[in-house]
Amino acid sequence: MVGKTESQNGAVKATAAPAMNLESDLFSNFSFKSFKLKTKQQELLLRVSILGLVYILAFITRLFSVLRYESMIHEFDPYFNYRTTLFLTEKGFYEFWNWFDSESWYPLGRIIGGTLYPGLMVTAAFIYWTLRFLRFAVHIREVCVLTAPFFASNTTVVAYFFGKEIWDSGAGLVAAAFIAICPGYISRSVAGSYDNEGVAIFALLLTFYLFVKAVNTGSLAWALASAFGYFYMVSAWGGYVFIINLIPLYVLVLLITGRYSMRLYVAYNCMYVLGMLLAMQIRFVGFQHVQSGEHMAAMGVFFLMQVFYFLDWVKYMLSDTKLFQAFLRITVTSAIAVGALALGVGTASGYISPWTGRFYSLLDPTYAKDNIPIIASVSEHQPTAWSSFMFDFHILLFLFPAGLYFCFKKLSDATIFIVMYGLTSMYFAGVMVRLILVATPAVCLISAIAVSATIKNLTSLLRTKSKTAVAGSSKGTGGSKASSKASFDQSQPFQKNGAIALLLGAFYLLSKYATHCTWVTSEAYSSPSIVLAARGAHGNRVIFDDYREAYFWLRQNTPPDAKVMSWWDYGYQITAMGNRTVIVDNNTWNNTHIATVGRAMSSYEDEAYEIMRSLDVDYVLVVFGGVTGYSSDDINKFLWMVRIGGGVFPVIKEPDYLVNGDYRVDKGAAPKMLNCL
Amino acid sequence: MARSTGKDAQALFHSLRSAYAATPTTLKIIDLYVGFAVFTALIQVVYMAIVGSFPFNSFLSGVLSCVGTAVLAVCLRIQVNKDNKEFKDLPPERAFADFVLCNLVLHLVIMNFLG
Repeated sequence: MVGKTESQNGAVKATAAPAMNLESDLFSNFSFKSFKLKTKQQELLLRVSILGLVYILAFITRLFSVLRYESMIHEFDPYFNYRTTLFLTEKGFYEFWNWFDSESWYPLGRIIGGTLYPGLMVTAAFIYWTLRFLRFAVHIREVCVLTAPFFASNTTVVAYFFGKEIWDSGAGLVAAAFIAICPGYISRSVAGSYDNEGVAIFALLLTFYLFVKAVNTGSLAWALASAFGYFYMVSAWGGYVFIINLIPLYVLVLLITGRYSMRLYVAYNCMYVLGMLLAMQIRFVGFQHVQSGEHMAAMGVFFLMQVFYFLDWVKYMLSDTKLFQAFLRITVTSAIAVGALALGVGTASGYISPWTGRFYSLLDPTYAKDNIPIIASVSEHQPTAWSSFMFDFHILLFLFPAGLYFCFKKLSDATIFIVMYGLTSMYFAGVMVRLILVATPAVCLISAIAVSATIKNLTSLLRTKSKTAVAGSSKGTGGSKASSKASFDQSQPFQKNGAIALLLGAFYLLSKYATHCTWVTSEAYSSPSIVLAARGAHGNRVIFDDYREAYFWLRQNTPPDAKVMSWWDYGYQITAMGNRTVIVDNNTWNNTHIATVGRAMSSYEDEAYEIMRSLDVDYVLVVFGGVTGYSSDDINKFLWMVRIGGGVFPVIKEPDYLVNGDYRVDKGAAPKMLNCL
Repeated sequence: MARSTGKDAQALFHSLRSAYAATPTTLKIIDLYVGFAVFTALIQVVYMAIVGSFPFNSFLSGVLSCVGTAVLAVCLRIQVNKDNKEFKDLPPERAFADFVLCNLVLHLVIMNFLG
């Protein structure tokens, strides 16, 4: 826009002074050309530098706990991932793929090679081997700790490209900035949180971006890339079920609204067939893509697409519509009949397994509480409160509907996709706190569209005033045009002031967002659960390293083949740091085994002794927080032990441990509570 | 009633046949390939129904390789067909190269999955 005024000025100068020689004319043209080049280069430089800064920001904002405590692995699950990665780097890939672990789930053991998602471990091992190849002597623990922030930075780059694909590069930059510091994502990807989600969100966004790119361009190469992205996602996290259900739903919506095109056919079919085949290479997933009810939507849409496009082709070839109607009727009825029959027979005979508990509880939130206490007991699986939404999203929460409005104004294949992704993920985020993580990229992208569109409108309002003023003065045309411009100019000052005020307001909101995110990261999401800090009597900071000291005591003072019984929360940490065999751990794949431990914990001592003898237990680990005021210890979790144990062994009844329906742990507690293990 | 639907079906068949005869030879070759792949898949399914599906991964990889290459060939046909306005900027060599690449990946995965 500014370039145009320059050209007008140059032209005016050239015509108004015909006596000027040719060199000045050439000079003005030359300056016009070099100015235009400079603007493009300036824009590119600006974009690259912004993206680079956002990349670095995403990395360093996740390093709070490394700076405050030390570089260690947080929480419970990451210890298992760390142990498996250690095994992978020491023994190699074949040993890792075929590993049978006899140190956990004591009498049963666990087929680790076949029951985990290898993406995270293989990624970390790959980074480790690359760094070693370049002669950087790093320890695998450092690589593990910093894997999640590194992939968070990569996610911002993917978010930029995705935003560019959906809307324009401005929205992409804003989306990258939002997702770099959004607390919903930071909560599961701080340095030290070495868990599947750190890598999985990157894979999720990458798969979605590549698929939308494939639908936009209709190229087989992009569809192949999205199949590989899907493979990476399947290898990284069990949440891939979201992708394999959202994409068919999106295709269905496009078919219904009449936006189908040949590009959609190419993109979806290539991605589905290749993605399904690649996904079945992961042993943990196995044949689920053809046998499990959760994946049937994708297959159904696949067949529907074949029928749909076949009919389209026949309609194109036939010129007579009456014949086509007859053909249409026959084909559609037969296809529906065959499909319904196949689905019915499959489900009734049990060949197609129904939705598993974890995912069924997403559709029916009351299911887990009644039937599967283990799933209900995990605090991350509870429904989300509004305060959690506000805490994790801040201003994005009200920018989200604004962004939806902009998307609906400019509907295209890509915006339909992001709208669907946003709405479905927000519904699931409302059902389970943990799934706010999956909703975060959608919310960031949609809010970025709102912010980018609003700021663009406001700044173009600012620029229009200056452009019309310059054009009016340099043109000097007839009176009518000048008078209309004059009246236009009169309303300009109000609009310009309004625009400036709104822009300032927008910048204020964004800066508040940045402050809030940093505060949240620093206070709430940066504590490694394994090291606790508290204020002493005089206000000085006291660090409790009790967990690790206990595990190292186990490691140094017990015989190497000792078996430790504890509640399943601590299983992974005991095997990783204590290096001893445990009875149950966080994998929770065997409910009866956990119920046995729960029963042992809540029976009278002589019964418990029998149970423990049968399991060959040598040591019992119990966490007690009464001395330090640590509130999430085993006494707090005790009722869950009772419920889970009672779920399998009706001998244990919850009312036995309560006094008048209250849970008390002091002298006035129920007698069974006082006398149990 | 039956006679009218019979006549309808015949008329349908004739018009389809005449319309199809007008398609270029290159597309007909691709259609032949698709038909062959689907036919092979059907044979495999019938064989599985007779013999049982014990090494299920072998059965799946066999059927999916046929279905996969059929689907990829249909995608190629769509991209190469001159009547499709959306793909008129795509050179047919690029479409064929994509087809070959995807088939390569498909068969590598199949070979790994065959067991």
